[in-house]
Amino acid sequence: MRREADISGKLDWVSVLLYIIMITLGWFNIFASVYDETANQSIFDLSLNSGRQLMFMAASLIIILAIIIIDMRFYETFAYLFYGVILFALFLVPIIGKEVGGNKAWIGIGSFGGQPSEFAKFITALAVAKYIGSVGFKMDNLRNQVILFGLIGVPMMLILLQKDTGTALVFSSFILVFYREGMSPFLLILGICAAAIFILTLLIPNQLFLHGAIAAILILLIAIGKKRFRRIGVLIIGALLISGVIESVDYVITDVLKPHQQNRIKALINPDADPLGYGWNVTQSKIAIGSGGFAGKGFLKGTQTKFDFVPEQSTDFIFCTIGEEHGWFGSLIVIGLFVTLLFRVLFLAERQKNRFARSYGYAVACIFFFHFAVNIGMTIGLFPVIGIPLPFFSYGGSSLWGFTILLFILLKLDAHRGQVLQRI
Amino acid sequence: MNEGRKEIVQLVILLTGIVFLVKLFFVQVLDNRYAELADGNVILRQVEYPFRGLIYDRNHKLIVYNTPEYDLQIVIKDLKNFDSTRFCTVFEISREELRKRFKDMKSRKEYSPFKPTVFMSQLSNIDFAKVQDYLDEFPGFYVQARTTRAYSAPALANALGYVSEISKESLARDSSGIYKQGDYVGQSGIEAFYERQLRGKRGVRFKLRNVKGIEKGSFKEGEYDTLSVPGQNLITGIDIDLQQYGEFLMKGKAGSIVAIEPASGEILSLVSGPSYDPGLLTGRNYSSNFKLISNDSLKPLFNRPLMAQYRPGSIFKIAQAMTALQEKVITPDTRIRCDRSIINCHGDHTNEDLRGAIANSCNPYFHTVLRRMLNKGVVNDPFGDTRVGLEEWNKHITSFGFGNKMGIDLPNEKEGLIPTPAYYDRAYKSTAWKFSNIYSLAIGEGENLVVPIQMANFAATIANRGYYYTPHLVKAIGEDGKPLPQYTERHYTTIDSSYFIVAVDAMQKVVEEGTGQYRAKLADVIVCGKTGTVQNAPPLFDHSVFIAFAPRDNPKIAISVYVEDAGQGARAAASIASLMIEKYLFGGTKRPHIEQYVLNNKFE
Repeated sequence: MRREADISGKLDWVSVLLYIIMITLGWFNIFASVYDETANQSIFDLSLNSGRQLMFMAASLIIILAIIIIDMRFYETFAYLFYGVILFALFLVPIIGKEVGGNKAWIGIGSFGGQPSEFAKFITALAVAKYIGSVGFKMDNLRNQVILFGLIGVPMMLILLQKDTGTALVFSSFILVFYREGMSPFLLILGICAAAIFILTLLIPNQLFLHGAIAAILILLIAIGKKRFRRIGVLIIGALLISGVIESVDYVITDVLKPHQQNRIKALINPDADPLGYGWNVTQSKIAIGSGGFAGKGFLKGTQTKFDFVPEQSTDFIFCTIGEEHGWFGSLIVIGLFVTLLFRVLFLAERQKNRFARSYGYAVACIFFFHFAVNIGMTIGLFPVIGIPLPFFSYGGSSLWGFTILLFILLKLDAHRGQVLQRI
Repeated sequence: MNEGRKEIVQLVILLTGIVFLVKLFFVQVLDNRYAELADGNVILRQVEYPFRGLIYDRNHKLIVYNTPEYDLQIVIKDLKNFDSTRFCTVFEISREELRKRFKDMKSRKEYSPFKPTVFMSQLSNIDFAKVQDYLDEFPGFYVQARTTRAYSAPALANALGYVSEISKESLARDSSGIYKQGDYVGQSGIEAFYERQLRGKRGVRFKLRNVKGIEKGSFKEGEYDTLSVPGQNLITGIDIDLQQYGEFLMKGKAGSIVAIEPASGEILSLVSGPSYDPGLLTGRNYSSNFKLISNDSLKPLFNRPLMAQYRPGSIFKIAQAMTALQEKVITPDTRIRCDRSIINCHGDHTNEDLRGAIANSCNPYFHTVLRRMLNKGVVNDPFGDTRVGLEEWNKHITSFGFGNKMGIDLPNEKEGLIPTPAYYDRAYKSTAWKFSNIYSLAIGEGENLVVPIQMANFAATIANRGYYYTPHLVKAIGEDGKPLPQYTERHYTTIDSSYFIVAVDAMQKVVEEGTGQYRAKLADVIVCGKTGTVQNAPPLFDHSVFIAFAPRDNPKIAISVYVEDAGQGARAAASIASLMIEKYLFGGTKRPHIEQYVLNNKFE
């Protein structure tokens, strides 16, 4: 117990301070996004999202205390057990879950609901970190690689079954962790190429044109390079693969994706085609942010993001409120806070003495980064609308608690980094 | 082999942040297109105010209805090339007033140049028609239509109450979230009591506006719009003709008239004098008129039928008689000598029975009756004995509805006062009081206080021979509706119903040969009544009181009249009561000299 008593001195107070600033700013903006000037509301009103968020924040405090009190070895020891439990919970969701906003992701107990997928993030991070940190693990071993991708692939598939594409995609951010721990950059580049082809396919509606272009490049490559049988074979197979991807993109778009997801991707390419239809969110979000100017319209003075009939206004589109009411300067502060936090988390990760803690730190950074990049990217029209929250800013209990746990387990591990044996 | 990868990850993060900030800088600072789009792409939230429920009288004559009025709103940001001289001409206001309105508007807490703010409120239909055609000369001004109350007759003001904008304090107290700033809410009377039924439900329309400020249609095809739901209509038991006649008779007097249908408890008329024209408290002149009315020294806002607490006077002798019969301290045939040594009397009667004592309003008779009731000798000492007696007496008297709020469907009703032993303990600061201290109760003087609605209910109780329905104004909520459930319940007194025939006989005798015979007797119907003359501090005249019901069998109307400072009950009050009965039963009076007598206001 003596060891636990002085933990406050070892806790990384820079991260804690950033955390407090972010959730407080988030709370004010949630109020701004639901504020109705004619209704005489209070930020503490429990019928408003802001009042409930305050309760979630108070609950976070209890979670933080629990994380700090629990022995640090607990997290690594039981990582696989948690992983098993959360897989089971995710498996149950499509069966007993209730539908909220087009996604079946909630498990309800009475009037309280929780989203297991939010908690799957930190649990998967722990499991992945434990596996990477295990004795004899080698990143270039194919068997290890397969298990690693399996670890993130299974929860991803289960969440996809809940039709929650956004959260499922978050798990792809683990590839960055693998990269840091020694995986070949080839996979990373392959992924980026696939995404580029995907978007190209959408941009150019006539696929024959694309196939023609690929054939032309293929002939060009064969013509200018050495005419060795093996090289030509690889090039032809590569070209066929790319053509296959193009065909499958079309198939995925029209047959696999739900209409509302198709619309979101189409809106990315041409949001002006139907500004009142599926492009509505992106258009309104850009108008709101764009009308903020340099200094913004002022707290509670926004005109574009009021009336809470667009349910995402305090959750996924919270950045609109920031952009509209606090302008470019406010955006600078929020983005600055995120970049600072991410750098701090990377710094903490790098100073860990064992591989488990370091990998976990990287996983935390990657998950935060993915949410940050995709959420803000979608509100300013750089990414398709993928419904994932902005950490610490978006309204919601499960997501706030998920991110809080994610961060504070790292801070707990960091506080005890001197006590662990080096195991690289 | 992993060296440099940390830096690559850091670079990715930093680059993402920079890309976002650069993109945002283009969107927010360099590109004005979005700001313009925002100006022209505001979702306009238009509130559709519901129609407040209408109020009818018992014969389905409309009493209260809605009439349109218009709020002129302004969005400062949309104001373009504002020609103030032209505006002043069109709206017929001075430059100073225009400047003041702008100043007032901007000083409001909720003011924002991006949002519609009320600039001129409550333009009437006529005002609006004058400016309607010129509105497009003033971009930035919008009109919000709503309705205000209107009245088919300038009567019943205090019972109807009035409607006005919800106050900041009430809004802060409202936890239901139903009310928003600028909403109208019933502030008194029926409008306040039946606010829930009358208010209806607000509707909302979301509209899109383009750059030129022209509406582009509804937002998302009206997916988020809600229609307003009108409030429920109320059918009252009021006879509006009778009500107006009552108010006509009360001109120049202070007091009240309450008429009830005994068989149902429905209030036929509820006159408070002096009153005001309810139309004064609507529309643009509400505030200035309200100030005038509330500062009036005659207190027209004071709803006397419910709020004035008076000593009942001699009408109370009937309640004493009933109580005494129930307690068996007298029989209807008990004769008591009119001994005027302790308490004075009037007329030349000497030794009456109960009916005769009521008809002649014999004070010594009821002094003795009350003494027999309070001092039955159950306890040996006179203090304790009175205590026990008063306890029993109080139980009987309050069963008539005295001493407590009746529960009428109007706010601010008063209780009156029927003393209990505990009351006298407090008043005398000891338990050492006995009958000789409190005998004024016997004749309705002393500490007793009753409210006019309770007096009318008392008359109705006797008319019903022993029970009453709580008096109420609204007999149906919605067409073919029901009254509130508490108004369909019979309340019995603690008096055996067989004793009430004595009261009925005696009250008939009052009108036919007793104190009320000159002005309350009617040729075509048997009226039962009782006079009361309540002492007042000289040089003011006594208060004039009369309760009555008619016809004697199957009574159709029970009434109480209380006229302040008007002398004997047999004069002003008895005249008004009989005129009201005549008006209700026969449509008008055959005795113009009595009507003239009342209108002349000379009762000495």
